Amino acid sequence: MATVSLTVNGKAVTANIDPRTLLVQFLRENLRLTGTHVGCDTSQCGACLVHLDGKAVKSCTILAVSVDGASVTTIEGLANGDKLHPMQEAFREHHGLQCGFCTPGMIMSAVDMVNRRGNDLDEKTIREDLDGNICRCTGYHNIVKAISAGAEAMAGGSLKDREAPRHAAE
Amino acid sequence: MSATGIGAAVRRKEDHRFITGQGRYTDDVNRPGQAYAYFLRSPHAHAKIKSIDTKAAAGMPGVLGIFTGADLAADKIGGLICGWMIHNKDGSPMRAGPHPALAQGKVRYVGDHVAVVVAETLAQARDAAEAIAVDYQELPAVVDTATAIGAKTVVHDEAPDNSVFNWHLGDKDATEKAFQAARHVTKLDLVNNRLVPNAMEPRAAVGDYDAGEGIFTLYTTSQNPHVARLVLSAFIGIAPENKLRVIAPDVGGGFGSKIFIYAEETVCVWAAKKVGRPVKWTADRTEAFLSDAHGRDHVTHAELATDAEGRILGMRVKTTANLGAYLSTFASSVPTYLYAPLLSGQYDIPAIYCEVDAVYTNTAPVDAYRGAGRPEATFVVERLVEVTARQLGKDPAKFRMQNYIKKFPHQTPVIMMYDTGNYGASLKKALEIIDYKGLGKRKRDSARNGKLRGIGFSSYIEACGIAPSAAVGSLGAGVGLWESAEVRVNPIGTVEVLTGSHSHGQGHETTFAQLVSDRLGIPIDNVSIVHGDTDKVQMGMGTYGSRSGAVGMSAIFKALDKVIAKGKKVAAHVLEADEADIDFADGHFSVKGTDRKLDFGSCALQAYVAHKFNGQELEPGLKEGAFYDPTNFTFPAGVHICEVEIDPDTGVTRIERWAAVDDFGNVINPMIVEGQVHGGIAQGVGQALLEGARYNADGQLVTASFMDYTMPRADDLPSFDVGMTVTPCPSNPLGIKGCGEAGAIASPPAVINAITDALGHEDIAMPATPQAVWRAAQKSISRQAAE
Repeated sequence: MATVSLTVNGKAVTANIDPRTLLVQFLRENLRLTGTHVGCDTSQCGACLVHLDGKAVKSCTILAVSVDGASVTTIEGLANGDKLHPMQEAFREHHGLQCGFCTPGMIMSAVDMVNRRGNDLDEKTIREDLDGNICRCTGYHNIVKAISAGAEAMAGGSLKDREAPRHAAE
Repeated sequence: MSATGIGAAVRRKEDHRFITGQGRYTDDVNRPGQAYAYFLRSPHAHAKIKSIDTKAAAGMPGVLGIFTGADLAADKIGGLICGWMIHNKDGSPMRAGPHPALAQGKVRYVGDHVAVVVAETLAQARDAAEAIAVDYQELPAVVDTATAIGAKTVVHDEAPDNSVFNWHLGDKDATEKAFQAARHVTKLDLVNNRLVPNAMEPRAAVGDYDAGEGIFTLYTTSQNPHVARLVLSAFIGIAPENKLRVIAPDVGGGFGSKIFIYAEETVCVWAAKKVGRPVKWTADRTEAFLSDAHGRDHVTHAELATDAEGRILGMRVKTTANLGAYLSTFASSVPTYLYAPLLSGQYDIPAIYCEVDAVYTNTAPVDAYRGAGRPEATFVVERLVEVTARQLGKDPAKFRMQNYIKKFPHQTPVIMMYDTGNYGASLKKALEIIDYKGLGKRKRDSARNGKLRGIGFSSYIEACGIAPSAAVGSLGAGVGLWESAEVRVNPIGTVEVLTGSHSHGQGHETTFAQLVSDRLGIPIDNVSIVHGDTDKVQMGMGTYGSRSGAVGMSAIFKALDKVIAKGKKVAAHVLEADEADIDFADGHFSVKGTDRKLDFGSCALQAYVAHKFNGQELEPGLKEGAFYDPTNFTFPAGVHICEVEIDPDTGVTRIERWAAVDDFGNVINPMIVEGQVHGGIAQGVGQALLEGARYNADGQLVTASFMDYTMPRADDLPSFDVGMTVTPCPSNPLGIKGCGEAGAIASPPAVINAITDALGHEDIAMPATPQAVWRAAQKSISRQAAE
């Protein structure tokens, strides 16, 4: 067994774990933070994406002990109390999710994308940068819209200023 | 239209829990004292099991139990079933071999279940499984679809030539006559590539046993928990239905693959009693590739006959469908009644004949995957129609328009009675969206840049809301395909709707609530949708085949009728008026011609306090249920047009434009409907360009991870232009046709028609990978140079 200490969503946690415990297992099983999902175990799908010291990582291929002392943010730690993060709000507003399984990883990836590439993201940039996250439900159409809107909202822009999704029945 | 009623793009009620990480999927469920299951799977495609030695493994740390097929048999746990009986041409029943949840004497595909280890931790279960010694006698494998019949290797003794059935539909003689009268016959050999559904949430199960009450509980990734309970109880024999609860909590996508009752779920719930502990299993992605039911896998020869004017006279189709090593739950219905009845497409075809050979092979079972039979049919029809138009020198849009069915109802020669539609309107709108007139210029612009541009059409039709139950029963279905609903009005007027449909991404918690809000005139936040638990919802048939709107919501509609009727009786007493004089609109019961009225919530309270009426004459309370059995299938249809640009130097195909115009009948929530279209198109584009499950000649699945099997990613796809036309469905009260599968049905032939248009080829196999397209492009270039 090995001891690991992390700061997860702002709270200090220390645990005695099997050294082969993956970070995602530690989050899901030890801390019961089940918002982070496992979709593939080969770093392909991104459902397990969390922020490690502010940067996006796939928690399904990192040993928890190897990041001892680090600070981790999961989807559960993204909102500010009851106030949703602008990217969470944008995914709901633009119907950027269906079954919801890839969604936590998508949102964490999108926030990281804005942190790296700024708030003015065009469609091509978003699509290329989203290469590490797989969604089987949405065809990405509305995820791209949500990220674009969420990125702008993170700069302080209002979602209402943007064009709402177009609907055929209108 | 109210802001939350029918037709409004209401933002989804369920989203809050998903965007905050509070969704509750099966793998998020943890029971006190839970142990973990690990399945030892066959590394061979085909082998006899001479012996299984579990002694060393049983003594390893943390092991609570190791079980094999013999243990299941000793407990009289039956095999998995196929719930649709197909009869051969000669009238004899299909030939089905046994399907034990854990192998008995033989393994028949790589990933087949040999034994299960239950241990304190997953790592311990895995370690112990490695210590199980299985002595296999390897046998040759039969893998190839087209040559399975009559192969030397026999998968099941019950089907000595590997033929599960030889089935047909249509009038063979009339079709032969149509071909004799033809001026032109188009012939195509087509392969519908094998796919892996790959819902992002892998399958999972938690089995629990309450020894005090003798009740089993199974948490599982199911699209239809009641069907799972029925099968586990009535056929597999886990426990009687009243002692078996199945809960399908949040489910992370299904696409058909979570309809079926699999070995792992069965074993977990059974093993919970054996070890006296809750037992959890979650598939890793490779297990999902190996053991989830796959989709498609048809090999087809198809012909289309036309007359001198270009009118379609007849179609004949011969298909071999690979069903894998065992018959999955609905496997036999997919290449038969979900396939051949759709071969008329949107066209007026006087004569059709289709023959289907279904075969066993040493591969994973094949069953329904988004569209299920209908994408395969649409691929045949739309490839034939496209190639025919080109061979006749006709514009593909005009050729389609010429041959569309224009009068309804229309009886096809293959069972279906199309009730309504306006195919020309969808085509016209799609042509406008794609700017068909500007295509020539765009092709020239591409050519100037050294690129090849092509356009591809797909006029699809599908049949949803499969029913009436009596009709599907006569075709071999083992179940009825109605749906149930219960509307429970609480004393202060809030409402719970219990539905037998199950949402795994479709947004039922929103759309179903929109219907209730609309009809009862109450705020949408006052409505909760309850689904996915056999202890809460009495019975239901689940969600697949785009049936939840047309069938599930119709059941709710019917139950709401009863609630309103009962409310009128209560209101008549409260308002001291005759029941016949009570109207209900906008959330209020009122007395005709007066200003006396009672809001819905107050009526509910009056129904429960029962002070204003005699409880012997009118029952207190406000709760009504309904079962709805449709009178016909529904027929969503539409036109998708795909425009591609190919780089002949790299073979990379870029989808430049996509126009989708669908007629789903009336739409409850356009935002959600468009989302379904987007996702469906992406899966169809995946089939056309990227995805293909490949077994090598030994039966090893060589595409068993996301590193080997290409899932569509954001930069493989464009944004889509989605439009709609509406002809309300006449066979259900809401006029809904269904939208869940349309995109996946429509899109593969649209992509292939576009690529072949760009290349000037007749055909290219799916998936049209850059390598395949590059080879084809080089041939085109050298042919053009020679000319």
